[in-house]
Parts: sequence; structure tokens; C-alpha cells
Amino acid sequence: MRKIEKRIPSVSTASLPDIVFMLLFFFMTVTTIQDTEILVDNTLPQAIELTELDKKDRIIEILVGKPSAEFANLLGSEPRIQLNKKLSSIADVRPYVLSELTKKPEGIRKLVTVSLKIDENVHVGIVSDIKKELQEINVLKISYVANYGNQSSSLD
Amino acid sequence: MGRNRQVPEINSGSMADIAFLLLIFFLVATTIQNDHGLIRKLPPKPDRTIIDIHERNVFRIILNKENQLMVEGELIEFKDLGKEVISFLDNGGEVGKCEYCLGAKSKDKSDSPLEAVISFQSDRKALYGTYVRVQDVLTTAYISLRNRESKRLFGTDFKSMEEAYLKPETNGELKETLKKRIKTIREMYPMKISESELIFKS
Repeated sequence: MRKIEKRIPSVSTASLPDIVFMLLFFFMTVTTIQDTEILVDNTLPQAIELTELDKKDRIIEILVGKPSAEFANLLGSEPRIQLNKKLSSIADVRPYVLSELTKKPEGIRKLVTVSLKIDENVHVGIVSDIKKELQEINVLKISYVANYGNQSSSLD
Repeated sequence: MGRNRQVPEINSGSMADIAFLLLIFFLVATTIQNDHGLIRKLPPKPDRTIIDIHERNVFRIILNKENQLMVEGELIEFKDLGKEVISFLDNGGEVGKCEYCLGAKSKDKSDSPLEAVISFQSDRKALYGTYVRVQDVLTTAYISLRNRESKRLFGTDFKSMEEAYLKPETNGELKETLKKRIKTIREMYPMKISESELIFKS
């Protein structure tokens, strides 16, 4: 009897690049490059009835929180406002928002939303200060950015 | 001269490696966008406008620095807030003003949702997390009432109507009808949340 050669055929890897490319494109489309480094603690609050802000070009971001751990001994633990890449104070909010507004094309300036990414452990006082500043310059659309989560479980 | 010249094929074995490299780069350099929020419109600057509102049409929520809630002068739990808000908005106290209201028609709650105002004041020392939670509960209350009416009138959820309206595929006549319907529902339960200080005539 002739000896039958019994070998397990190797799996073809020819389609591997295709699979990887597919993954690559998926990640390229669903993600955005994070352009600002977050310098403050930013644990967002939880809420249910959220609306998505999908038009990135009409958003001005303001972050508020305690300085992150590496700056804590330098800046203390009082909540700070982060505008673009700098930690700033309340007085800088107005010029910052105005200068960001002038960078936007004329047609969408009225549609600009200020997205407030505020740590849940910050006091409301600083938030209402920011809102007052925004009222002064007549930028009235705001969004309290939050994560999806349980309404009732968060702070009991 | 019969030379058999074939163009040599490029070895594509390393293609996978290149793609992996790119993939890993994107994995590291990106974050999935998180921009979901509660959208609000601030009142324009002259904050102190004088409007004549009847006391029963105002629902007062106060958040103190211990993160406790006081509603209409009583300390209440978070879980009861939604119920209270709905019973206030949906009261329909004045006969004939709100045919669609299903509330208790109590004398000390709102006349109709069109006149009902929610006043939300929070202490500067209250935590922002709690503040957002109250805002979220208020939104939930409005949306559940809007959903109810939209189901009764048009047979669909208010939220799914809004989603359908925002979809890029919808256009033409459908978009117009959706727009009209959303407007109708919004006008039945307009969201009136005031955060400025209320001063009462004595």
C-alpha cells in the first residue's frame, strides 16, 4: 500500500491584510484624534436623556475640574477651568470664547454650542459663573456633557 | 529574440504588517468621541425680566449645599422628584385650558403646561453631579409627557420622531410633516426651566 501523505493544510493568510484594513478603516471612521490634552480631572456626571452633538465644527469646549494629580502639588486642589490647552481663570472665558467664535465661518456662528465638560465633583458656583460670562457675550446654547448612566444610582 | 520577460510581482507579504502598524497607531492616538449632553438655552442677558406668574404656576426646586432637594417647601428624595414634576406639569387646574392633561386638577398646581414654570435654584456649594441629575430628571419628565401625547396623536414616540427628523435620509414632505408634528408636541408641553432668582410680590 502506498503511503498516503497526510498533512494538515496550512491556513491561508492571504486575506489577513484585508481583515486588518477593515479594522483600520473602522477605527479611522469612529474615532477622532484628541487634540487637547486634559489637564483637569474630568469624571463626567451621569444622565439618561442625552442628545448627541455630532457637528464637531460648531462646538467650543470648556473643561472644568480639579487639576490632575501631576499638577496637584503645584496648583492645589481648587477646581480650574481648562480652555484649549491652558488652565485659566474665569476672566479668560469671555476672550477665549470670542476668539474661538471668530475662527468659525460666519454662517455657523449663531449655531455654536458651548459644550461644558465639567467634573461631577465640582461645585455649581463655578458653573453658574461660566454661564453668566456666556450670557454677557450672548452665546446662549450650552450643553452639559454627560455619560450615559443610571439616573438614580449616581449619588446616593 | 524571444525573451520571455515577465514583470516581477511585488511581494505583498508585508502588507499585513504595515496595516497592523497603522491600526495600532490609530488605536493609540484616538479616543472615541464622547459628546452627548443635556442641551439648554440660556436666557439672554437682561436676566431680571418681570413676568406676572401666579404662584401655583411655579414649581420651585431648591438644591442646597448638602445636595438635598427641597420642592415647594418640602424636603424630598431624588426618586420622588420625577413624579412630583409630572403631577405638577400635567395638572391642568383651569378647566378648559388643557384638554389633554390627565392630572388631578388640583387647585395648588399648574393651570396648564403652557403656563407652568419650573424654577430651579441651586446653592453655589452644591455638587455639579447632583445639579445635572436634577436637570436630567426634569428632561425625563418633559419627554415622558411629550411621548404620551405624541403616541396619542400620531402613534409614535416623540423621541423617535425627533430622531427621524434629524436623519439625513428624511426629506421633502415627510420632513415637513415631522417638523409640524414636533412643533405641535413641543407647544403642548413647552420646556420652561428658569434658573434665575424669583422675587415674589408680597
